[in-house]
Amino acid sequence: MSATITSPAAGAPAVPAPFQQPPRRVLVARYLRRNKSLGVGIAIVIFLTLFTIIGSVTIDTAKKAYPLAVKTKQPPSAQFPLGTDWYGRDLLAAMVRGLWQTAVIGFLAGAAATALGVVLGFISAYYGGAVDKTITGICQVLQPIPPFLIQVIIAGSIDKRSVTIYTMALIVFLLSWMGPTLVIRAQVLSMKERMFVNVAKLSGMTNLEIIFKELLPNLLPFIAASFVSAVFGAIFASFGLSVLGLGPMREPLIGNIIYYSLQQSAFFNGWWWWPLWPMLTLILIFSALTLINIGMDEIANPRVRRTE
Amino acid sequence: MGDALADAHPHLIEVSEVKLAYLARRVLFLLVVIWVASTITFFIPRISPKNPIRERFAELARTGGFSPQDMEKIVAAYNAKFGLDKPVVQQYFDYMGGILRGDLGVSLNKFPKTVWELIMEALPWTIVLIVTTTILSFIIGNIVGAVSAWPKSPSWVRTLSIPFILLQGVHPYLLGLLMIFFIAFRLKLLPLSGAYSVGIQPELSLSFLLDAARHQILPALSLILASVGGWALAMRGMGVTIQGEDYVNFAEHKGLKQNTIFSSYYVRNALLPQVTGLALAFGSIITAGVLVETLYGLPGLGSVLSAAINSNDFMVIYGIVLFIVVGVAVMMLVVDLVYPLLDPRIRYETK
Repeated sequence: MSATITSPAAGAPAVPAPFQQPPRRVLVARYLRRNKSLGVGIAIVIFLTLFTIIGSVTIDTAKKAYPLAVKTKQPPSAQFPLGTDWYGRDLLAAMVRGLWQTAVIGFLAGAAATALGVVLGFISAYYGGAVDKTITGICQVLQPIPPFLIQVIIAGSIDKRSVTIYTMALIVFLLSWMGPTLVIRAQVLSMKERMFVNVAKLSGMTNLEIIFKELLPNLLPFIAASFVSAVFGAIFASFGLSVLGLGPMREPLIGNIIYYSLQQSAFFNGWWWWPLWPMLTLILIFSALTLINIGMDEIANPRVRRTE
Repeated sequence: MGDALADAHPHLIEVSEVKLAYLARRVLFLLVVIWVASTITFFIPRISPKNPIRERFAELARTGGFSPQDMEKIVAAYNAKFGLDKPVVQQYFDYMGGILRGDLGVSLNKFPKTVWELIMEALPWTIVLIVTTTILSFIIGNIVGAVSAWPKSPSWVRTLSIPFILLQGVHPYLLGLLMIFFIAFRLKLLPLSGAYSVGIQPELSLSFLLDAARHQILPALSLILASVGGWALAMRGMGVTIQGEDYVNFAEHKGLKQNTIFSSYYVRNALLPQVTGLALAFGSIITAGVLVETLYGLPGLGSVLSAAINSNDFMVIYGIVLFIVVGVAVMMLVVDLVYPLLDPRIRYETK
């Protein structure tokens, strides 16, 4: 039975190819030109990545990004392109390292939250019944609780000196998996009843095969969109925690640099360069992720495209 | 009168019963949220290896001149007073009982004051800031979004939403910092921080209110700029989906004026789901408000929270967090209950 059904699927209709399909990267470039927000967002992310990579290779960030490494309170000059701070950090080195650490927190927490969300969303939608009720119930009860406040409690309850960027990522992750779970669950629910899943079932595919071969590929745009917003949320939350003084105290995390510059009243003392670079970098990060998010939305919900 | 009405329209009774069931379910949900939140605020600190009271007194001992033996006695006395020497289950019930009575404990830092008193002193400032900025950004954002999705708007109007949409991703704290630097510090147009000028007594006079309002402009602006884009984006998305609907086409073919179609067919239908968005946004609005208050040194809940964090004043931290969670949950309940009144299409679910 299954053998007779699988055979016609193997022979895909041959494309007569009246014109040459342009290479893949040309198509991607064309698409990015049409979907401007995605293009600009990705460009900013690439720029920041290059800045971090080149910076880490050329500068000794393990030393210069920490206090007492260089002369204090120097304005930007040829020797210190971004200046130095009150504690004797080279701000260029601190920005390179801080950007890297911010990215680590964002990616770790974002990836963990999305992964858990995908797993729970699948389980919830696929098995239904009491399992589904429990998972959605927990998500709905936790959602009205502003995660930031619980993060404040967790971060405030552990020893401030032992906070590292990994504990930050963990704290942020603990309260950010509910959104992805509900999004993925809704998508799986709507997809589960569609024709191609029924065909796959009839053709004798196992549950796991259906999940990995049929459902996951179709969910990729939604998973990617969830991931981008989870990364955004993680960086947003860790920034909020670090400006309240709950960040890893020793590290030059971008939010921490701002926290310390305000503690020393950098603006009033005329050290304008100290808070300026972290501010600009964070604005770049937040706008880039927002743009990518909007661009992803256009892929996931084609109806939005009509505004263009 | 009521009975006559009910006899004539038997379905009305049904509706009111359904409403009651709906109300009961929503209130039950609210109670569950509050219970979960207070359980979390109870257990997290107790899982952590450090004893908040001891931590706080160790800090005092470093600055003050207590001998270690005295410290032990004081810590023991405080542990007994706060019940920390009792079994955890007992502590949990005492704590929950306290919350039910509205007793959130006392501040360790400003000792005679209770957490409740601190919250009540700070609350008016926070409410004024949050309510004004939420209403303003909701109105501005929805206008911008509706106008930019409306196909008949001039093209410059349609690009109006772009800067706002870009700004919505930027943390309000950063916008506040930029404005402090450029508007308050460089141009000296508005005050840098504080809720009112130094040397002015808080009172109900015009000059005080004007002075306080001047101090609220920048904090309010940073919250508004950061949230207008979100509303605009959602409204634009909603507007786009409505454009293709049959009833809009029908209204056009009926020859209704463009203005009528815009306000009563298009905006009205797109606006209603935005009210639900408002309920979901309370959490992030209050979080942003707390951080911006800290930045500008306004005497609201945010500054009390940040001062408590910096001085390890744990009861105040937990009290404020719990208070805000309950506030957000209650606001969501209110929106949930008001929404069906605004939107006749929504029926109370019955299950």
